[in-house]
Amino acid sequence: MAKRKTTRMALTGNEAMAFAMKQINPDVVAAYPITPATQIVELFSKYVADGEVDTEFVPVESEHSAMSACVGASAAGARVMTGTASQGLALMHEILYIASALRLPITMCVVNRTLSAPINIHCDHSDTMGSRDAGWIQIYTENVQEAYASTIVGVKTAEKANLPVMVTTDGFVLSHSMESLDVFDDQDVREFLGQRKPLYNVLDVDNPITVGPLDLQDYFFEHKRGQIEAIFEAKKHIYDAHREFAEFFGIELPVFMEPYRLDDAEYAIVVLGSSAGTGKEVIDNLRDEKGMKVGLLRLRIFRPFPYEELQQVLGKVKYLAVMDRADSLNTMGGPVATEIARALYHLSERPIIHSFVYGLGGRDVPPENFYEVIEKMQWIAAGNTPDRMVTYVGVRE
Amino acid sequence: MPAPKERKWDELKGWKELAEISPGAIVPGVPTSPEYLTGDWRVERPVWDEDKCTHCLLCWVFCPEDAIMLNISEDGKVVKMIGIDYDYCKGCGICVRACPPKIHALEMAPEEV
Ligand code: SF4
Ligand code: SF4
Repeated sequence: MAKRKTTRMALTGNEAMAFAMKQINPDVVAAYPITPATQIVELFSKYVADGEVDTEFVPVESEHSAMSACVGASAAGARVMTGTASQGLALMHEILYIASALRLPITMCVVNRTLSAPINIHCDHSDTMGSRDAGWIQIYTENVQEAYASTIVGVKTAEKANLPVMVTTDGFVLSHSMESLDVFDDQDVREFLGQRKPLYNVLDVDNPITVGPLDLQDYFFEHKRGQIEAIFEAKKHIYDAHREFAEFFGIELPVFMEPYRLDDAEYAIVVLGSSAGTGKEVIDNLRDEKGMKVGLLRLRIFRPFPYEELQQVLGKVKYLAVMDRADSLNTMGGPVATEIARALYHLSERPIIHSFVYGLGGRDVPPENFYEVIEKMQWIAAGNTPDRMVTYVGVRE
Repeated sequence: MPAPKERKWDELKGWKELAEISPGAIVPGVPTSPEYLTGDWRVERPVWDEDKCTHCLLCWVFCPEDAIMLNISEDGKVVKMIGIDYDYCKGCGICVRACPPKIHALEMAPEEV
């Protein structure tokens, strides 16, 4: 039961994230709507125009500038948020690394949409998977309720870890789909987040600092090593932020992952984002109708990669299908599959893993995709070896 | 001629200490550039011939590194060039070009390793 008052609303994913941003009332939002633009910042700018927030809204000339303005504002101690998708995230790429290396807790709502070419505005994870090594914490959400709550807990996480956070929704599937969800009161959200306590402040004239200096062979590696350690430590901050969220609001979110009927599973599927909902239906059918020992694991936080937690829940599985909504173009399939294989490699008991790539460019993800994945794993279980390490699901041959 | 100050590898800070005082490569205090001895980037060095020098200070005007060292009299009326600060001189050679050809008090010489 929620400890705090909630109100039922019907919102799309974009509206829910913009609404969360309104409740958070960030000091600065800098944004630019490149095609394909999400409505998040557009809806948020309306809150600014209507005087419902105190935010300094900086409409810049590109996403590269948007993230640059976010970096500057965050270095000056402000609570900073922005939103983007697809090509916009790609254009921010250079500055993403700067934001994380400067340890700036910027929270960004990202709608997962594919990268060109060909031009397509629909869902897959190629955009954020392309930023996976940028030093940002990445949270993938399953539904609009979770996208809303994750935006709030994302800010808390960012400011505890002093690292930037991306909270993502699947393009159109969540961003443009209306769901009913419970929202908190503005006051509660603001009380939960409190004031940001910055690591440093570039505007503190009594304690002058140099930000972004030249750092060559003698010190770059040491500074980078410190940043890498911050990602190791981020795990603890992620748990703390989610625990505090649960204590404050009385609503528990899955943290790194959500295991679904996995306890005695011989077959399991790993998947991110909204597709998990469809996957769970299939798992229910296979278990309840056919008595198959199948389960699913929805990976919610991909960065930092929760390898220890995955070892605990996936070690006993015999056949593991990892479904990626992005391909690494490395002839081995998607990034999640590759990393899970690495995480489980050293276990004495570990599953046979096969990579599946699905749903690119917004291709529909019907239950059939999941049945096909399980069938392929049964075929592997029967002693067959696939020609390749990856199978493409839902594409015409 | 003073040799550039040596930076000993094991005297440099380790990442743990750095993470405490300089998270995110934020360096406390300004300015920090004097601590960076850019002189060790140099592959050629300007060599100054004091006897030929007329102290016209054209080299000082053009040096982008402020590496031409001056001596200013107490009343501020007499300014003399007294040498090159090899801690910061990057060896760009601009001062050599700036020195009037008829005077030729500066010359580039290979940096010895
Ligand atoms: S070589 Fe360049 S940096 Fe060095 S003293 Fe001359 S002008 Fe200055
Ligand atoms: S430019 Fe030549 S002559 Fe003039 S001060 Fe410099 S070294 Fe001396």
